[in-house]
Amino acid sequence: MSAFAKSEANETFVLNLGPQHPATHGVLRVKLTMDGEYIVEAEPVLGYIHRMHEKMGENRTWAQFLPNTGRMDYLHALAYNHGYVSVVERAAGIEVPERAEYLRVITAELNRVSSHLLWFGAFILDLGGFSPLLYAFDDREHILDLLESVTGSRLTYCYFRFGGVYNDIDDNFVPGTRAFIKRLRDRMPMYHNLVTKNIILMKRLQEVGPISAEMCRKYGATGPVCRGSGINFDVRKHEPYSIYPEMDFDVPVYDQCESMARYMVRMDEIEQSLRIIEQGLDKLPEGPVMAEKVPKIIKPAKGDYYHAVETARGSFGVRVVSDGSNTPYRLKLRSPTFSNLSLFGEACQGMLLPDALALMGSLDLVIPEIDR
Amino acid sequence: MHVDPEIIRLLAFLVGVIAFAALNAAYLVWLERKEAAHIQRRIGPKEVGPFGLFQPLVDGIKLMTKQLIVPAGVDPVLFKIAPILVMVPAIMSFVTIPFSETLVARNLDLGLLVIFAFASVNVLGLLLGAWGSRNKYAVISAARVVSQNVAYEIPMLVTVVTLVMITGTMNLHNIVMQQQGGFWHWNILNLSASPLMPVAFLIFFVCMLAETNRAPFDMAEAESELVAGAFTEYSGMGFGVFFMGEYANIVIGASVATILFLGGWDCPLGLFPGVHWFLIKMYFLIFTVIWIRWTFPRTTFYGLLNLSWKILIPISFFNLILTSAMLKVF
Amino acid sequence: MNCGAIKQKLAASGAEAVIETEYARKGFALNVQVAPEQLVAAVSVLDAEGFFIEAVTGVDWLGEQATLRKEAEAKAAAEAKAKADAAAAAGEEAPAAAPPAEQGELAEDALEAVYDFNHYDEFCRVTIRTRMVRSKPEVPTISHIYPGADWHERETHDFFGIIFVGHPYLVPLLLPEDADYHPLLKDFRP
Repeated sequence: MSAFAKSEANETFVLNLGPQHPATHGVLRVKLTMDGEYIVEAEPVLGYIHRMHEKMGENRTWAQFLPNTGRMDYLHALAYNHGYVSVVERAAGIEVPERAEYLRVITAELNRVSSHLLWFGAFILDLGGFSPLLYAFDDREHILDLLESVTGSRLTYCYFRFGGVYNDIDDNFVPGTRAFIKRLRDRMPMYHNLVTKNIILMKRLQEVGPISAEMCRKYGATGPVCRGSGINFDVRKHEPYSIYPEMDFDVPVYDQCESMARYMVRMDEIEQSLRIIEQGLDKLPEGPVMAEKVPKIIKPAKGDYYHAVETARGSFGVRVVSDGSNTPYRLKLRSPTFSNLSLFGEACQGMLLPDALALMGSLDLVIPEIDR
Repeated sequence: MHVDPEIIRLLAFLVGVIAFAALNAAYLVWLERKEAAHIQRRIGPKEVGPFGLFQPLVDGIKLMTKQLIVPAGVDPVLFKIAPILVMVPAIMSFVTIPFSETLVARNLDLGLLVIFAFASVNVLGLLLGAWGSRNKYAVISAARVVSQNVAYEIPMLVTVVTLVMITGTMNLHNIVMQQQGGFWHWNILNLSASPLMPVAFLIFFVCMLAETNRAPFDMAEAESELVAGAFTEYSGMGFGVFFMGEYANIVIGASVATILFLGGWDCPLGLFPGVHWFLIKMYFLIFTVIWIRWTFPRTTFYGLLNLSWKILIPISFFNLILTSAMLKVF
Repeated sequence: MNCGAIKQKLAASGAEAVIETEYARKGFALNVQVAPEQLVAAVSVLDAEGFFIEAVTGVDWLGEQATLRKEAEAKAAAEAKAKADAAAAAGEEAPAAAPPAEQGELAEDALEAVYDFNHYDEFCRVTIRTRMVRSKPEVPTISHIYPGADWHERETHDFFGIIFVGHPYLVPLLLPEDADYHPLLKDFRP
């Protein structure tokens, strides 16, 4: 498609995409240098929703930082919960009861499905199709109801605690989740018939937005972005944490390096997450949901610790440096979309504006997570 | 004082046509919102009046009472004249459209030509509005609209020329009269003239979608790319008039398709012809237009041009040649 | 290729210390300490081995030297006390307390830049650390090796004021464009 050669006369202009623009999903600004409708240069400008979570972490106790984690990636908040509690548990040497681990994985995977559903709707909206958004929100609503009954909130969850989870599930959760899995499995073929096989969508996504595997490596792209470029990398398999090693699931990998591949990865991941949830419900053991010997005030041993988890958008890592006191000395949050977006400038050179926006949509950006 | 009754009749028709165009635009918005809602398993407007039927009136009042903002830096003349340039040609086109055997403002011998002449002014309005806005998104949108309209005018007119060869007249009234007597007489099934007539109708319909900037060809507005395209800087009734013009153009397009291909006011079974059949067919086409919009994602610009230059134009030319050959032979 | 081979190569590239850490305890497999001048060489080794960049960040060790001295003094005092106790137990006269050693100026505190690398296929997270003095926090850029490091370095510059020498565009990324403060420094007061 890109039979693009920069015109000799310097006839470019600067187009400010955002910070308020329908396609940027929040306050992201992209400074585009355009030649007609072709993009010569793109420079994302960040920081419009920067809140300095890392500094906040240094000013409060280990436990007080928990609610912050849900406010970075508000679409997959439980994975952020998971990453943070895991690293503190690793630092402080806290053992987690098995039932709590199962509940963590079940809820985090439900959250992943809801994130992918929202992305699905919003992505098609970027491409000009409005209706799938409302269908996806309809399904997502059921997940939010399920998670609300367990965690008490609908979006910015703060459910995990050091040593377990804060609340056991109620009687309706297991049958409700099973009913939802069946419902979503029935709906997926409709999504594929209505959207995936749509000729316009295929034309817009296939062979558009190339991101090579080498480019992923150089920019540190993870998650569906690198799996759409043929790299089989999923933190859940690569450095297994929690009870993922006991779960039987596949990592969907497509090697076409195009927007369609990233789309397919996410659509397949919904099914894989449903499988994990199903197995989790089958194996869910009885027992406490909170470790008994968790000190009231956590003081991890001196040193620094790292823990990575797989969020809906890629590998989220937390590095904490502890000086042995009750507050973190340093807290580094490595958010996946920050790296994923950093390759946008190179990837969209020479593309047409609508294709670049399709590429941006396929990166699945959540701006508060980039800016932190 | 003696006044020519013909002038009074024309005036009455003009008022009627303007009212029809405006009301149509208002209620097409309602229809669009309702239809979209039901496609998406929602209810849509329901609070204002029964089934939300008064919603368009309230919206109209809201738009009219809003301040007309003329942003600093725009070309004030072009900026203000553009909505009118979109609206007026659409209303002018209504003059020659026969809604039934007697219900027509002015039956012109070159009616078809008049409609297409006015329809092409519509683009000019969008272009001027976008250019006058001094907004980059609007200018990109204007560039798209012009090349899109140039690309789609060709297959559309070639198809129309094919039809004119068959009918031998550009008088819309006569074109409909030739199709009287049941759906097998309609031009869409006039297979003895050209076996490609249903395809020709399809081409005409697709071109109509593109000419009126409707999804999946809504390159001009493309809200997820160009914010609101040519309308980005417009607010209040400036935007409202643009909107009415767009909907009026859809009505024109559906009316012309009805007249050329679907037998105008003729009943499918040859019984009780009349204005109601015209409206049923026209609104069915409009319904389809809205249906398509809420089902498909948007195409890209080059996809759109490729479709026209590489598929629609060759087929319509082939149809033209085939028709002329068949007219000569049979 | 495995972590052992990487360890060899990193050590050969001039790293000061390459320590294998216990993954389950720490979350990373190799802990590499390099001097700022050796950073590019070490990163090039990882690039050649197909690692991808995970993150770049910093740690401000303000007050570390003071703490170390305090600890050393406490240790010395404890030793002296133990010696005195031992002497007293032996019935000897306690030796005169050694006069406190002249300590001189405190060594300057350090800023540390931390680079995380990971591999798509191998199970080997490598953490590279390099220390520089707080008054002159300069470290060569690696954005020509990993273009993805561009943003990470800009972010680290925002937060710590570490200057990545050779970086093409070291302007604030997350902070406002006119920001002249570095919020993650321990002596930052808003």
